Amino acid sequence: MQKLEFRDNKDFWSGVMLVIVGAASVIVARNYAFGTSLRMGPGYFPTVLGSVLVLFGLYLMVAGLRRGEKIDPDWSLRGLILLPTSLVLFGILMSYTGFIPAMMVLVFGSAAAGTDFRPVEALILAIGLTVFTAVIFIWGIGLPYPLLMNW
Amino acid sequence: MDLFNNLIFGFGVAFSLQNLLYCAIGVTVGTLIGVLPGIGPLATIAMLLPLTFNVPPVAALIMLAGIYYGAQYGGSTTAILVNLPGETSAVVTCIDGHQMARQGRAGPALAIAAIGSFVAGTFGTLLIAIAGPPLAEVALKFGAPEYFALMLMGLVAAAVLSTGDMAKSLAMVAMGLLLGIVGTDVNTGVQRFSFGVAELSDGIGFIVIAVGVFAIGEIVINLGNPEERRFFTDKIGRLMPSAEDLKKSLAPILRGTALGSFFGVLPGTGPAIASFSSYMLEKKVAKDPSRFGHGAIEGVAGPESANNADAQCKFIPMLTLGLPASGVMALMLGALTIQGIQPGPEVMTTRPELFWGLIASMWIGNALLVILNLPMIGLWVKLLKVPYRLLFPAIMAFSAVGIYSVNNSSFDIYLTALFGIVGFIWLKLGCNPAPMLLGYVLGPMMEEHLRRAMLMSKGDPSVFVTRPLALAFVLATVAILVIMVLPAVKARREVIQG
Repeated sequence: MQKLEFRDNKDFWSGVMLVIVGAASVIVARNYAFGTSLRMGPGYFPTVLGSVLVLFGLYLMVAGLRRGEKIDPDWSLRGLILLPTSLVLFGILMSYTGFIPAMMVLVFGSAAAGTDFRPVEALILAIGLTVFTAVIFIWGIGLPYPLLMNW
Repeated sequence: MDLFNNLIFGFGVAFSLQNLLYCAIGVTVGTLIGVLPGIGPLATIAMLLPLTFNVPPVAALIMLAGIYYGAQYGGSTTAILVNLPGETSAVVTCIDGHQMARQGRAGPALAIAAIGSFVAGTFGTLLIAIAGPPLAEVALKFGAPEYFALMLMGLVAAAVLSTGDMAKSLAMVAMGLLLGIVGTDVNTGVQRFSFGVAELSDGIGFIVIAVGVFAIGEIVINLGNPEERRFFTDKIGRLMPSAEDLKKSLAPILRGTALGSFFGVLPGTGPAIASFSSYMLEKKVAKDPSRFGHGAIEGVAGPESANNADAQCKFIPMLTLGLPASGVMALMLGALTIQGIQPGPEVMTTRPELFWGLIASMWIGNALLVILNLPMIGLWVKLLKVPYRLLFPAIMAFSAVGIYSVNNSSFDIYLTALFGIVGFIWLKLGCNPAPMLLGYVLGPMMEEHLRRAMLMSKGDPSVFVTRPLALAFVLATVAILVIMVLPAVKARREVIQG
């Protein structure tokens, strides 16, 4: 019998992900009326779908242990952290400081996620894209965002 | 003659200044992103969709469609010149197209790709015009059980025919259906999965999911695979193919078009499968198959026609049945819904300008693309030199503005960031997110049709097997599943996707 390998097992973890999502949806859906098949309540569809996910998940967990396909080890953690963070910052800055700072931070922060990051170039890119998007979206299309908010 | 009148009507719509302009913008953007590796039509359409809200529905759809088929043209350019498929549909074009470029015959390769695509595009457009109305006619007779069974069949077919593990794809469909029901239940007013968050009471924004998973998640994946230096040819040489080239390409173009149209109507099969099948077919019928892989023009003509025919025919189920056959078509359906148009067979009669205008614009767009791609090829080649490190921050910028503009809401931005991470994890685990998008778009409609079907039949599920059309769809669904798990088909499927 071959050695069972959990770590880095692509299908196994896919299965785990599906079981968690499916089970969570079944549990949450218990708060909604299930109804009957004649009159389906709001809980009917999510319960059925969640159960389907759990079944697929369990199958994939077992199949994964048999197949043992590995997850590609390159996790690009830098991008995984920096890109969503830059987006969140964009969201916050849009509410409090206006379009220019938000866009500058977003572009520079995203550029910093690259493997070949060049700060000066990224700064120029940030200025260029901020001007470009402001011209197109705010002056051109007329989106109602203040460029810079007063404090 | 109805068809003739309708087409004239369509061309009248498409030839208005505004629609021509949006068509031109669409195909230009499409070519651009087709040329640029690392960004596909799915992410681009999702990103630019919010900008079309203020545009009339016809113009919006014309532009989005232009991006889609324009990308097929652009993708072949990079495949031939740099051996780098701009889109997955152009993977096989690399094999012989790039060899031709190395032999100094890049010009004829590009020209044949464009000509083949144009022939295929023209045929595809005609096919939609001919097949559309009768299909919609049939669909108008569908009741809730038929719709539910049809959607089930579409989703299952899309999942099993798409790339990636079958079980995972089916599970992703269910995942999408689940994501689609977040928000207020239309029948009872109950808030589902919104956890008291006011912003979620209208559901998770369709653009939030599409951009998060297909733009942001995809970028994170790309950052993990550093750019490769590739052989690059600036020399395109004589553009026009010789008479012999044309003669050799004629049959492959026609065969590719036929194959592509066939695969196009099937849900789930991307243009990649159509072009791959065409390549295999050309190799099989060739007198001297050993020429393939060494710059055989047939190996460019067939697949390039096939992928364009496929791209065009994907519109047939979307426009006539309201059934998306691919991720991009799911986005188009979403675009229609956002514009306040309920997709389905009624569209053709209630909004004829939309259906016929779009069809006519596709033909115009294909003609524009030939002009855009052949004489102006030098310009696109220069764009190839734009490094990814400048490109992806720009994608982030456009995505962020687009999403923010939908509801002027920072919450949508946070949710997009979250779906970026989720999308990355899905891709990492080999779970193809495209079937998820189909499920997400169809989720609410499917639930509604299921409820109605059950009400109609007084809770008796046999309604799906006693009504002949519904039974046909159910049987087809079962057949698709059974065929796909047959050992012979399974092995072949793995070879193709290997």
